Amino acid sequence: MNKKFDLKKLTSSREMSLVIVLIVLCVFIQLRNSTFLQFGTIEAMLKNYAVMMIMALGMMCVLLTGGIDIAIGSTLAFSGMFSALIMRDHPGVPVIGGFLISMVVGMVLGAVIGVVISKGKVPPIVATLGFMNIYRGCTYLIADSRWVAAYQVPEGFKAFAQSYYLTGGLLNNMITVIIICYVIFFIALKWTTAGRRVYAVGSNAEAAEVSGINVDSVKIGVYSLMGLLSGLGGALWVSLYASAQGDMATGLEMDVIAACVVGGVSLNGGRGTVPGVFLGGLIMAIIGKALPLIGVSQFWQSAIKGLIILFAVILNVVTQRTMDKNALKRREM
Amino acid sequence: MKKRLLSALLCVAMVASLVVGCGGSKEEAAAPAEEATEEAAPAEEATEEAAPANDGVYAFISKAAGNPYNEKEAEGFQTAMDELGLNYVIKHPETATADAQITMINELVAQNVSSIAIAANDADALQPALEAAMAAGIKICSVDSSTNAASRAVHVNQAGTAIIGQTLMDAVLDLAGGEGQWAILSATSTATNQNSWIAAMKEVMEGDAYASLELVEVAYGDDEYQKSVDQTQALLSNYPELKVICAPTTVGIMAAAKAIQDAGSSVKLTGLGLPSEMADYIGTDDAHSCPYMYLWNPIDLGKLAAYVSVALVDGTITGAAGDTFTCALGDYEVVEAADGGTEIIAGPPFAFTPENIEEWKTVY
Repeated sequence: MNKKFDLKKLTSSREMSLVIVLIVLCVFIQLRNSTFLQFGTIEAMLKNYAVMMIMALGMMCVLLTGGIDIAIGSTLAFSGMFSALIMRDHPGVPVIGGFLISMVVGMVLGAVIGVVISKGKVPPIVATLGFMNIYRGCTYLIADSRWVAAYQVPEGFKAFAQSYYLTGGLLNNMITVIIICYVIFFIALKWTTAGRRVYAVGSNAEAAEVSGINVDSVKIGVYSLMGLLSGLGGALWVSLYASAQGDMATGLEMDVIAACVVGGVSLNGGRGTVPGVFLGGLIMAIIGKALPLIGVSQFWQSAIKGLIILFAVILNVVTQRTMDKNALKRREM
Repeated sequence: MKKRLLSALLCVAMVASLVVGCGGSKEEAAAPAEEATEEAAPAEEATEEAAPANDGVYAFISKAAGNPYNEKEAEGFQTAMDELGLNYVIKHPETATADAQITMINELVAQNVSSIAIAANDADALQPALEAAMAAGIKICSVDSSTNAASRAVHVNQAGTAIIGQTLMDAVLDLAGGEGQWAILSATSTATNQNSWIAAMKEVMEGDAYASLELVEVAYGDDEYQKSVDQTQALLSNYPELKVICAPTTVGIMAAAKAIQDAGSSVKLTGLGLPSEMADYIGTDDAHSCPYMYLWNPIDLGKLAAYVSVALVDGTITGAAGDTFTCALGDYEVVEAADGGTEIIAGPPFAFTPENIEEWKTVY
């Protein structure tokens, strides 16, 4: 009985539908361009989309509580710019220092958003809409509307995104950071009290409140976490692209939210898994990386991107509905 | 109920975005503008006290805040105005959109400025706003990126389209060693200036000297760093025989330079880029992807826009072909432009090489 149940769960699970989409995509692209499934291409893809994939984790937590954060592109820009400016003026700052500065700044920015949303009772989309503009404006202000150019970023910091030292030469540092983040979030959300509280708040905030969970502090927590990851993203962005621009990561929030939605995270809160987000992020990365490779006209690429996202989400919803129906049937019996 | 709530929220969000968006950009732009007017205030007092508050103000609208190239144009405009001792307003929209610029044009019309020099985000969308401004007696010139012919007196062009096409094609020919595959990495597929340069390059390519060159693709990176990197990597992997990439856009060339260098590819890069951004990538050895590239001097372009504005306002030129005027930068003539209007050409593009890049990277 138990075994049969597991099998059924595996074949009809939401993640499985994403894996199928992923495989179909890969096979199709590989047929059109044989250079796709090569180590170099995949590595370049993961490097280029590391920031998006990492930030999708934070966005998942925010979405789980029933919120949304569209200020992340601006948070990334501000914290990345802040750190880049400090490194420009003090080239002696160690690499880890650059990362820590960016992450702390990002966390503070995120916490401010969290406080406004939870204590001020402002709807998340409105609050983050405001902060999106505020933080973006502040980025131009602190940078005096200038860029931090490649030659002004310390060598060691630029080298981080191109080196392999975190794993002793095995994997690119950017990819290592992705893996570390996903492992931490997988464990934290599944097996820690804090992680379960995030789900509880999103499933039913009132019930969570009654059962003794401080809903406000959970909310502040997830927005701070989102900010922290945006800060990490900012540092990675500066390292990877060897420069900081005031308009960097404009529009990134849409890709990040899309990765979560494709990965099966519900916008109503309470639903979503780390493996799902991983697959959603991968699908978004493949779409971005591979569409230029298959020789489709530029003008079709955006339309195709939208179609794939829609298709993945519909498939996901249908699978979810079937699962719910089955669960209901079992309960009725 | 829930749906209704959600749609209500979305409506609130949309309205809020409009309010916040406009409010934000206005504040952003208003701050430097105020500063500028304040700085220039003593000059006004010195020249004429009786003049109405905003008479004799020369305005400049850039494409967007945070664009270093536009900042330098604005700086040139400011320097020239300071030297002439005139009042000016410099405005930066927060996003590179036509509607952000329209709001600013309407504001300036309400303030009754003398002239507006604008780096247009859209050739046609600004027409109603600019026509209204001209009807109010305000002199309009476009700088850098042109508006359509009906919405301006004259366009201040950084360099003639034909000269740019010729210069870039000669660079491609040189870097490819006379033959082979090459590709273009552009910004958005609708950018007016990009498309006219690409068209000019294609025209030059018809010549016999370029017969052995094969243009394999025009890729669009939308002036987004991430997308430009993707497009460059795709070019590198789709065309193993590729010899040269030409990126006539500052974001594109920087992203391409990084992507080519990180991939350890032997493909060479040229195009139009900012020296400060490209300093790390310019060099003739294999470790550098870009042997040389071009750009005009945005500071001089901004200055020229200032002199043209002044000449339009004091009646030295009307914007008709054949008009001439003299300013601190030299003698200029108004000529026919390809779009049916008229333009003033600043000069040929300037080459940045490993020899002069160290000196220029701190300038802009």
